[in-house]
Amino acid sequence: MEQEVKDNNNSVIEDVTGSEYKYGFTSDIDTDVIGRGLNEDVIRLISAKKGEPEWLLEYRLKAYRHWLTLAPPTWAHLNIPEIDFQDIIYYAAPKAKDGPKSLDEVDPELLKTFDRLGIPLEEQKLHAGMAVDAVMDSVSVKTTHREKLAELGIVFCSFSEAVKEYPELVKRYLGKVVSYKDNFYAALNSAVFSDGSFVYIPKGVRCPMELSTYFRINASGTGQFERTLIVADDDAYVSYLEGCTAPRRDENQLHAAIVEIIVENRAEVKYSTVQNWWAGDERGRGGVYNFVTKRGLCRGVDSKLSWTQVETGSAITWKYPSCVLAGEGARGEFYSVAVTRNYQQADTGTKMIHLAPNTSSTIVSKGISAGHSENSYRGLVKVAPNASGCRNYTQCDSLLLGSKCGAHTFPYVDVMNDTAIVEHEATTSKISEDQLFYCNQRGIPTEEAVGLIVNGYAKEVMNKLPMEFAVEAQKLLSLTLEGSVG
Amino acid sequence: MGALKQYLDLFNSQRRAIDAGSAGALNAARDLAFEALQGRELPDTGVEGYEKTSIDELFSPDFGVNINRMQLPCDIAAAFKCGVPNVSSLLAVVVNDHFVPSATLLNNLPAGVTVMSLARAARERADEIARHYGTAASLQSPGTALNTLLAQDGVYVHVPAGVKVDRPIQLVNLSSTPVPMLTVRRVLIVLDEGAHLSVLSCDHTMRDSNIALNSQVIEVIAGPHSVFNLCDIEESAAGQSRYSQLYINAMEHSEINVGGMTLHCGTTRNEYRVNILGQRAHCQLAGMAIGSDSQHIDNSSDVTHSAPHATSRQLFKYVLDDQASGAFEGSIVVTPEAPFTEAYQSDRNILASSQARMHTKPQLLIYNDDVKCSHGATTGQLDEHALFYMQTRGIPREQARMMLMQAFMAEVVDTVSVDAIRDRLRYLVERRLAGFDASCSDCQSCK
Repeated sequence: MEQEVKDNNNSVIEDVTGSEYKYGFTSDIDTDVIGRGLNEDVIRLISAKKGEPEWLLEYRLKAYRHWLTLAPPTWAHLNIPEIDFQDIIYYAAPKAKDGPKSLDEVDPELLKTFDRLGIPLEEQKLHAGMAVDAVMDSVSVKTTHREKLAELGIVFCSFSEAVKEYPELVKRYLGKVVSYKDNFYAALNSAVFSDGSFVYIPKGVRCPMELSTYFRINASGTGQFERTLIVADDDAYVSYLEGCTAPRRDENQLHAAIVEIIVENRAEVKYSTVQNWWAGDERGRGGVYNFVTKRGLCRGVDSKLSWTQVETGSAITWKYPSCVLAGEGARGEFYSVAVTRNYQQADTGTKMIHLAPNTSSTIVSKGISAGHSENSYRGLVKVAPNASGCRNYTQCDSLLLGSKCGAHTFPYVDVMNDTAIVEHEATTSKISEDQLFYCNQRGIPTEEAVGLIVNGYAKEVMNKLPMEFAVEAQKLLSLTLEGSVG
Repeated sequence: MGALKQYLDLFNSQRRAIDAGSAGALNAARDLAFEALQGRELPDTGVEGYEKTSIDELFSPDFGVNINRMQLPCDIAAAFKCGVPNVSSLLAVVVNDHFVPSATLLNNLPAGVTVMSLARAARERADEIARHYGTAASLQSPGTALNTLLAQDGVYVHVPAGVKVDRPIQLVNLSSTPVPMLTVRRVLIVLDEGAHLSVLSCDHTMRDSNIALNSQVIEVIAGPHSVFNLCDIEESAAGQSRYSQLYINAMEHSEINVGGMTLHCGTTRNEYRVNILGQRAHCQLAGMAIGSDSQHIDNSSDVTHSAPHATSRQLFKYVLDDQASGAFEGSIVVTPEAPFTEAYQSDRNILASSQARMHTKPQLLIYNDDVKCSHGATTGQLDEHALFYMQTRGIPREQARMMLMQAFMAEVVDTVSVDAIRDRLRYLVERRLAGFDASCSDCQSCK
């Protein structure tokens, strides 16, 4: 009897984790791609294609020359197959005639793609509460609600447009939080980044709607290197969402992005990610390598930055959204749910760097591993000598759904001030038979019970997501775990 | 980088002399160690796991190595004033890396129990040593490989099946050298099935000693149903460095209880590697570090569960004052072969001054889903409310601080299972926290 229940549970778990990736389609869109490989000419070509000013090209070349001196990082708990950086296409753009003036001019196939992804670009169809910047391969396709935002003085546009229209803003902030010298992938991105979003919220403005960027890799053999820059001036507030998908392919595609956020006095930025890149098939073939550098600088007094991430996709994730708390009383938050299954690998976490007095931070990380996956939390909490009265609370829990997966925790805590209070807690466990039995006893089938328990486990993080996203993310979570309880 | 080279050169040119000062299995292992070191470097702070202590830097001074086994003068009698009263009359004395039989008192050792020089054992009981030497220690660690490359002597302890040694054996390690010296010490402890053994190991530096680096590798093979207790107290001095690596292979139903207590030191790096190889073994690992001035204490623990139903507990506590710096890196590894594991780890630290530094990295590496594992780490200061409460009850603030710190450390002291050692340790900790030197009133041996 017990065995039967167990088998039943196992099959439910397989069903749950075995669910299909519904974003795995490719779209047949006329794409402008350049040849494979990377050298200074390729960088000049990308820069020329985007009609960039001289200073930006210089910046790219400097980054490229620095990148040549670096080697890929190996310290993460990841098994990364060697990447041939000369076998990647560094620029791919859906072909358009001089950029679409209105939606009618946008390739209908492209519109269909975003419709299938559930991201309607037609404004009337859009939720009144959300403005979207859609990025396909290397370029931004369409940014909605720009005019409405412009009335408030908010700049929300693609990175390329920002370079043309607000060069002084871009020049002032580009690379100030994540220098091109930061790490291997940051240097690579700084050399070849193609597009992304730029957000500027002026003093005292509360952005009335969620700003959102939707990233899509479509072309084969390409890498995606986007760059997001968000600046919240004094007393400003913005909530920003990021979503991403890619087609199913047998090859591995590289995604190396940079996100930079600057938060001034009393401003607040909330950055949410639902990362759903193609994760590779059940035998670990294909999938996106997601090597991302995300960092926010809270340089204002009482500024606040909150990262929320739901990570379900990517073959390999290497990502540490961080907060540099440089303004007195600044606050950093990190809420993460990372799900790995099949042969996925994730090494993700955060850094909270307390540089100013009375800064505080909270880290809540929930890992869920299934199949043959490896899921690691890696985090740093650092308190500088002059940062008195700092407070950090870290909680990271791991849930194991299956006996062949791994769950790991690597927190680094560096305290150089005697008035700091830093706490770290971590637990690892599986869904207990007792919990399942209790639910069964109350008439809840095992599959549903697993969904309930996992959602309950992740709730603390899910609650931090904006409403529309939370529903989506919860669905994604149960979908991802469909069939994987063991 | 590059400190390793001088020792490899030394080995190449002095191999004969090194072998002559040792015997059997110790010499036989050198080739493997040499091979393991090819193309390697001693880790510096750029290497994951060594972020706060550069082993390369520890080994880089131009140390002498006592290859020719010269007897260095040492007033052992003076050192004995540090002896642990009421604990033991079973004493083994090592001066630098030299086992001193004349100072060793082992009159009432139970029948069949061996405590002797490792070099002598390798000569006289070659098979026995060859069977165990190097089976727990991993040459993957460059530090252990280097120790294996150069080690000539140390201590061998063997407890035969079923024998319970009722009194703790005390290993006294004295550091006394007229020139800067690298001492390479090796300890091998073998417990056969059902054996019981408690060891108190203490490090002391003689007052007039020059600086030294102690490289120590302790291997423990704890057989089935054995009980092994180790309390390792370091009371060295500023300028002294210690790089100690403890490897334990724990067989089924064995009980391991290890405490590493750093009271006085210069720069200390302790590595604890416990391999749980048999089911239902239990391991308790405790560590304490009391740092002041510019002491640096780095503990790295790794408890690997490779068998089912085993349990482990780790508890590490630091109190750091002045410019002292501490580091703790602890891992729990649960392999796929170890379902039903229960493993917990706790690290609590107090920074008592604005210049003190603490670096903590507790880690979990779990490859099995049927486990209960957790870790917790905190860094903070004494509870202001508790201090205030005590002051309202008429206890001066300084004394209140002391009492709270003693209470804080009591949790670690209480893990020591031998009553006499625990009492002695509590006394030493109280004196240490009160700012007294650990030395006895007319002590010559330690500062």
